[in-house]
Amino acid sequence: MEETHVGISVEVNGRPHRSTVEPRTLLVDYLRDDLGLTGTHIGCDTGQCGACTVIVDGQSVKSCMVLAVQADGAHVRTVEGLAQDGRYHAVQQGFWEKHGLQCGFCTPGFMMQSVQILEDNPDPSDQEIRDALEGNLCRCTGYQNIVEAVKAAGATIRSGAETMALGTGVGA
Amino acid sequence: MAVATPTRAFGASIRRREDPRLITGRGKFTDDIHLANAATAMFVRSPHGHARIVSIDTSAASAHPGVLGVYTFENVKGFISGMPCAWPTTNTGDTLKLATYPPLADGKVRYFGEAVALVVAVDPNTAADAVDLVHVDYDPLPAVINNEAAVAPGAPLIHDSAPGNQAFRWSLVGGDTNGALAHADVRISQTLVNQRLIATPLETRCAVADYNPASGEVTVWVTSQNPHIHRLLIALSTGIPEHKIRVIAGDVGGGFGAKIPYYAGEALCIFASKELGVPVRWSESRSENYVATAHGRDHIQHIEVGATKEGKITALKVTAYASLGAYPSTAAPGVPTWLFGCIIQGPYDIPNNEVHVIGVYTNTTPTDAYRGAGRPEATYMLERVIDLVAAKVGRDPVEVRRLNFVKKDQFPFKVANGTLTYDSGDYELALDQALHTVDYTHLRAWQEEQRAAGKLVGIGFSSYVEICGLGPSSAANAMGFAGGLYDSATIRVHPTGKVTVFTGVHSHGQGHETSFAQIVARDLGLKVDDVDVIHGDTDKVQHGMGTYGSRSAAVGGGALHMAGMKIRAKAQKIAAHLLEVAEEDIEWVDDAFRVKGSPDKAKTIPDCAFAAYMAGNLPAGVTPVLEEQHWYDPENFVFPFGTHICVVEVDRETGETHIKRYVAIDDCGEIINPMLRDGQVHGGIAQGIAQALWEEAVYDENGQLLSGSLMDYAIPKASVMPHLELGHTVTPSPHNPLGVKGIGEAGTIASTPAVVNAVMDALSPLGIHHIDMPLRPAKVWAAIDAASH
Repeated sequence: MEETHVGISVEVNGRPHRSTVEPRTLLVDYLRDDLGLTGTHIGCDTGQCGACTVIVDGQSVKSCMVLAVQADGAHVRTVEGLAQDGRYHAVQQGFWEKHGLQCGFCTPGFMMQSVQILEDNPDPSDQEIRDALEGNLCRCTGYQNIVEAVKAAGATIRSGAETMALGTGVGA
Repeated sequence: MAVATPTRAFGASIRRREDPRLITGRGKFTDDIHLANAATAMFVRSPHGHARIVSIDTSAASAHPGVLGVYTFENVKGFISGMPCAWPTTNTGDTLKLATYPPLADGKVRYFGEAVALVVAVDPNTAADAVDLVHVDYDPLPAVINNEAAVAPGAPLIHDSAPGNQAFRWSLVGGDTNGALAHADVRISQTLVNQRLIATPLETRCAVADYNPASGEVTVWVTSQNPHIHRLLIALSTGIPEHKIRVIAGDVGGGFGAKIPYYAGEALCIFASKELGVPVRWSESRSENYVATAHGRDHIQHIEVGATKEGKITALKVTAYASLGAYPSTAAPGVPTWLFGCIIQGPYDIPNNEVHVIGVYTNTTPTDAYRGAGRPEATYMLERVIDLVAAKVGRDPVEVRRLNFVKKDQFPFKVANGTLTYDSGDYELALDQALHTVDYTHLRAWQEEQRAAGKLVGIGFSSYVEICGLGPSSAANAMGFAGGLYDSATIRVHPTGKVTVFTGVHSHGQGHETSFAQIVARDLGLKVDDVDVIHGDTDKVQHGMGTYGSRSAAVGGGALHMAGMKIRAKAQKIAAHLLEVAEEDIEWVDDAFRVKGSPDKAKTIPDCAFAAYMAGNLPAGVTPVLEEQHWYDPENFVFPFGTHICVVEVDRETGETHIKRYVAIDDCGEIINPMLRDGQVHGGIAQGIAQALWEEAVYDENGQLLSGSLMDYAIPKASVMPHLELGHTVTPSPHNPLGVKGIGEAGTIASTPAVVNAVMDALSPLGIHHIDMPLRPAKVWAAIDAASH
């Protein structure tokens, strides 16, 4: 069996990994099962739901539609890499403040896509946000507070304000 | 957002305490549980809707390298022979024919996707390869999908034990419906189809079982809304002693009813772990979820209505054909009967009404509760009826609603069939607030202008009342539910005054870790950040009944408040002792016990907790430690209500519906956290709009599920959802300890008829009065086209 495996080098959230994988292994399964990064979720088997969205070399992708071997040499960002230097990413803070999540299963994918949206345009309109989230499905929120979350994150990014520190309580 | 002060925790829009782990990728969903040496289970599933199994050849799969075991019904039946039904109900003598629900097909498959064999292998890829190596020889049989066709003479027989494919007959009668129909000024007959839906939580179902052969103990991680019910049903169906079973439902990615039932896949992971001596994990694919996880709704309803010429409804008769699918799922018989029939008159005073339900088996995935469960089917029917009556008598549907409403001074109000007593309500208040929000007079004037310009614009209403806070155990038992419907709470105040709460309900998106902390923070004068809420682990939490039927705040929250009052009662004795005054000389003010007249002399709950744990200076008769428990069994259900208004434009050329405006006024009694309440309503409305316009589980005549993936089953995307305008009235439940009524299902129940009524209002100038859901563009365009010729 081993001889059918392929060696790959992938940098995930700034950390280098060298692995051998079956050629049929999906990037999402590699992240979850080989690297133990279970924050990236699987919600379908046809590329519709976007729960597995990650950023590969600066472009958001559905990691169930990418083979692990295709990520050889790539830089991958997942939800585990969003918070930096002990502080939340503005998108994480936006989702928290605006109740942009309920069960939280689709949330990592939505947040990674939102990072991409705001890196492309830090001041999108409501309709631009809704259109750019076409590839992500949420069954809990009706999307209204997700749109609010992305707008709030955009405002934070534009203002350059410091985000909340990890470990911050709800303040009540 | 305003940050609440501790004493104002209850009622404030506090951000959620569960979110930090979920937004950093540190949630622990079932499929995230990776145990050493775990094997992977997968199922061989039927490609036929109905077929006899001639033979199953597992030899090639068994011989495949890395395969640990391949099992059929013959192998597993000694461990589990049938999936239990917990709501085996009827009220018409001995008509209930509860078919056996085998964990793997027993000689015959009865629906597309039914599990035929279980494969366990060292990893997912090997298991997937081995599934393809199992050869099953089928002899296909004719299938029956339609609910009425299933019980027609000559239909293919699905179960020998259920002649004519009838699962049960069930009826409720109030007043003299036939007499009232005979004397009615106007009569309407209508057939309505409430189509089959697929719940589609974003997380599919998963299970991980770890059986310890040395101790006989098994730990099961499972996607469950009700871990204690799962534990009970596992014990009853497998014979593993209940105290040896630990069920853990950690983070669960949405439920919507589909994660109430106990399924074969979960049981067979336990079987395989016991058989093989290794942990066994199973995770549904989405396509598998669409055939293997319970569907919802699926009614055909025939309705007869009698009314006065003013539009006062005098008689309502409903005959519903409801599909259980191929087998009776955990709660399935209760959904189209009690949860539908009891509330058949909704918020209206209809003195004569009767409902007859024929439960049928069809060659489809078993049905069970889906968000609203029975109440959306009743509300949709009734709200279509109101609009049909309004059209018939030529009155504004608002006025017909007002005319028929149960009035504010009629509460408590007993329904005509005698099953329910509505606790409190002011239905006109919610209606009036909705009308005010949309500026109804101007809205109708705008509609006239638009119509004059050739546009198809419509205004749709939906008023509802629902049965929530399930419920009194006595009522549940009387309705045939094989369990109590109380719930539980333990409050553990630690020596430092920090608190851990254990609740018997389960959160899978609702936010109990926050809202329940808000209840305790208010009751004990603490900060929300000082209260942790634990749920979902049967080894940690005392027995509880889980989350469904909008019961968590009303029943679980009620239990929590009562436990909090026990803490307060004990702490009051300690506080008086520490303050060296009589107990009656102190009172609870804001966040502490204070000496009457000298409020600066005070002791807080943390003060009392520390003394309770030090334990050397306690008043006589007071035991050490500050921890209390309460089981709350409500005296009645709670009855939330409201009115939704939807404004649509239908594109005459394409048949496409555009929602221009959506206003929802809901009354769920007291509100614990407005932000979370709004979130529940948003999500509920999205699912209800989706039933009205897009979603439908479609089978072909052979029983193939044509809408078998997210490519074919249309759940809404962000781009098609309108901006929702929410408001509320507050009519507390008079019998609930917190005055709360529940909000999880309201949006789903109310929104479907609001949208359909709006589309029908838009099409009414063309003479179109009804189209069955979902109102997809092609269907609406065809109706417009037919009406134009």
